[in-house]
Amino acid sequence: MLEIVIHIALLILFPPLLLGLINKTKSWFAGRTGPPLLQAYFDIAKLLRKGAVYSRTTTWVFRAGPIVSLGSVLSAGLILPLASNVAPLGFTGDVILFAYLLGLSRFFTMAAALDTGSAFEGMGASREAAFAVPAEPALFLSLAIVCIPAKAASFQAAWDALPWALWGGAHPAYLAAAIALFAVMLAENSRIPVDDPNTHLELTMIHEVMVLDHSGPDFAFILYGSAMKLFIIAALLVHVLLPIPEHLSWTGVILLCLGEAALAVLIGVVESVVARLRLTRVPQFLIGASVLAGIGLAIALYRGAA
Amino acid sequence: MLGWIGLSIGLLIGSALGAAVAFRADRSSLAIGTAGSILACVTGAAASIAALVSSLEESFLADWPLPIGEIHVGLDSLSAFFLACIFVISGLVTVYGAGYLRPYIGKRRLAPALTFFNLLVAAMVALVIARDGIFFLVAWEVMSFASFFLVTFENDREDVRRAGMTYLIASQLGVAFLFAMFALLGHSAGSFNFDSFAGNVPAGGSLAGICFLLAVVGFGTKAGFVPLHIWLPDAHPAAPSHVSALMSGVMIKMGIYGLLRTLLFLGSPPAWWGALLVGIGIVTGISGVLHALTQRDIKRLLAYSSVENIGIIALGLGVGIIGQSHGNGAVAFLGYAGALLHVFNHGLFKSLLFEGAGSVLHATGTRNIESLGGLYRHMPVTGLTFLAGSLAICGLPLFNGFASEWLVYLGAFQAGSGLPAAWGVTAIAAIPALALIGALAVACFVRAFGVVFLGESRTEAVTGAHEAGIAMRLPMIVTAVLCAVVGIWPAGALRLIAPAVQMFTHAAATTETLESLTAITRIASVLAGLVIVLVLARKVLLRGREVSQAPTWGCGYALPTPRMQYSAASFVEPLLRPFMALIPIRVRRDGPNGFFPVKATYEERLGDAAGERVLAPASRAFIQALSRVRIIQQGRIQLYLVYIAATLVILLVWQLAGVTGR
Repeated sequence: MLEIVIHIALLILFPPLLLGLINKTKSWFAGRTGPPLLQAYFDIAKLLRKGAVYSRTTTWVFRAGPIVSLGSVLSAGLILPLASNVAPLGFTGDVILFAYLLGLSRFFTMAAALDTGSAFEGMGASREAAFAVPAEPALFLSLAIVCIPAKAASFQAAWDALPWALWGGAHPAYLAAAIALFAVMLAENSRIPVDDPNTHLELTMIHEVMVLDHSGPDFAFILYGSAMKLFIIAALLVHVLLPIPEHLSWTGVILLCLGEAALAVLIGVVESVVARLRLTRVPQFLIGASVLAGIGLAIALYRGAA
Repeated sequence: MLGWIGLSIGLLIGSALGAAVAFRADRSSLAIGTAGSILACVTGAAASIAALVSSLEESFLADWPLPIGEIHVGLDSLSAFFLACIFVISGLVTVYGAGYLRPYIGKRRLAPALTFFNLLVAAMVALVIARDGIFFLVAWEVMSFASFFLVTFENDREDVRRAGMTYLIASQLGVAFLFAMFALLGHSAGSFNFDSFAGNVPAGGSLAGICFLLAVVGFGTKAGFVPLHIWLPDAHPAAPSHVSALMSGVMIKMGIYGLLRTLLFLGSPPAWWGALLVGIGIVTGISGVLHALTQRDIKRLLAYSSVENIGIIALGLGVGIIGQSHGNGAVAFLGYAGALLHVFNHGLFKSLLFEGAGSVLHATGTRNIESLGGLYRHMPVTGLTFLAGSLAICGLPLFNGFASEWLVYLGAFQAGSGLPAAWGVTAIAAIPALALIGALAVACFVRAFGVVFLGESRTEAVTGAHEAGIAMRLPMIVTAVLCAVVGIWPAGALRLIAPAVQMFTHAAATTETLESLTAITRIASVLAGLVIVLVLARKVLLRGREVSQAPTWGCGYALPTPRMQYSAASFVEPLLRPFMALIPIRVRRDGPNGFFPVKATYEERLGDAAGERVLAPASRAFIQALSRVRIIQQGRIQLYLVYIAATLVILLVWQLAGVTGR
């Protein structure tokens, strides 16, 4: 019971902090003070207190977008182990449902964008679709790398079987999975080099331009949902990289929080030192991640057979 | 139960004849045909589901007054499963068809549409219970011809006649391979009875291999394996929408049934059969959905998406066969179960989507999605059910497509850890392929749903649009509900189809699989609960605050018009760019010329890769090779008389030689 409470508490409370950490890191690089660490919490609280404006063009699909999106990301967070190797709703085959819940969230975000009839939002949806296509095989190949040696397609089995000594080239397959997952995390969460969350021109946006017309609580849900999506994909990566204990313990909670924070700082560093890719180069970046994960899978299979 | 199935065949054929006899009165033939089909489908669905639940096996032998032997029909779990698919979906489509054909009364003779529709259903039922090669092929041909006449319902249109001809040629080419296969099997068994086939073909031998390849080509033509799918995208837009729904939802699955039935004859399959099917599945799935993304005709788009789903079914079968060949019951069960469940699921959501497309066509008179938009406000029921179908076909959770794709995925994951590396890799290839197909399908159906139903209407066509009549709405609602029920409660669906799966592998559904499916139900209810909670939360938050309506934010631009919306073509352009090497493109541009250009045009056509790069060159080469034979055809009657005389002389000499020789 306590395990579930801690899982849900982490899932609900932690995500917006990641945005603060990323922004602080970027500010540090730029020599600015930057917004407070808890700015994302303030933003969400402020948006929740506001009214809403809806476009006359839209139907209920537009209003369903933020809600279904947040709901499916939350459900995905409930089947993914966080501070231990057990998730409240985990089962055999949950890795597939995890990826498809993220797909459901994407479907409704894009449909809501098309519902406004705006050329800008259509453009955002189009780019979102274009980059999700090369990212999806990378995600699944990485999941296959961690699941196949564990002989079960579930997170719990995969993390139980994961060898702790990843470093020193002993398990290049997991390293490939980690790199590919990092690329997927950048793409799925609209970070540089795929998308720039701070860009100022609608024409260059991807995720931000899809949600232009949302306001008030709806926009709070979107902001919160995207923070949570970043949190859960980062949690996946933390489990590949760090030896989180099998059962609930303070070590696990601390390791997860430290790992999440470190990844947020890493994203901040990447955003500060790397330029955004030209839109036509993004698929190549993600196809590269897929190829890397494919090579990793081949290594994992070869080692399993040997 | 065979008696009840026989009764429904009788009802179907009787009402088909009745509708034909009443051909002068459109209303009566519509009533007779519809009533007969509904009665038959209700009877048949009840009987076949009862047979499936009780794993009934029945067989019936009757003398056929023809020299080729007796008529042999039977019922087992595989047949019962396919019968259930046929009857459930055909019944729903019949009701829709009655509404769809109504506006044609007085404008076009309806009797052929009804007669051939009922004949088509009857032929599919007969095909599935046939236990004799000859009877099977007769039913197969009746099915092909009945559907040909349905496709060419509007035969005053040039494109319809062309599509019908393509379909006829493809299906006759395909059936030639089936004739060859049954001839080989019949020769080695000494009879065309299915019971005698099984056990008479050495498992894993070259005869079995040849028969398998013939079956893949012959049945694959009907099912739509790439590059044999070429008739599908032409035939579906040409056919009336309820016929497209029946053909895409049920008839192409007869190809899958044929392949499965053949697998039962051929004994334990070697692993390379599975690898071949995985390969076919990857090519078919990816190229199907890629071409679906390029279409602007909504029914053509759906036809290509059927090709994609046949690819997913082939992936499932391939994984199942690979597991079966290594005696890994769990992998075999998951693969076959995923394929069979996807047969049923695709039947549901594809018939639903074709019905939605038909309603849109009815309301606006166009199939071109680029001239639609904003239809949701005019047609809420069609829009909502089309959305349900779109979510289901993308394999997204809460709907049935997810359950079957999940089974195939899980089979591939388990194959990776439970099989020798070489074949394991083949099965694992299904994982990234399914992931890519899934992501492309999401893009494809967000585009289809978004461009047709959301945003602002792009042309006048939408202005007068109205919701479809009750006869058309009701089946769409029922089908959408069925999609959700199977999606939320997949464990029940798996238990129902398990007897059919166990004809291929003796493994039962592991308790782990059933528990996982129950877990999916749990998560689906959690998700539904979360959505409800969030909706209520927003309602509470917005209470007493200002909620206003405004135009869409145009980023400062004050005068947006509907024509400025993203079009379907622009939506997919960035997505397709990395894949353009796979899609043939023809560009025609004119101008702008000179310093003061007057006008300029730009036209881009995306073709079918398999058709233009494989089939067209192959058929040109074939015709070229055959042109040598053309020398004997000079068109002069004297020459033909010489041929006849020469033939007679040769025959005479041969006969005389035979007599004297004896």
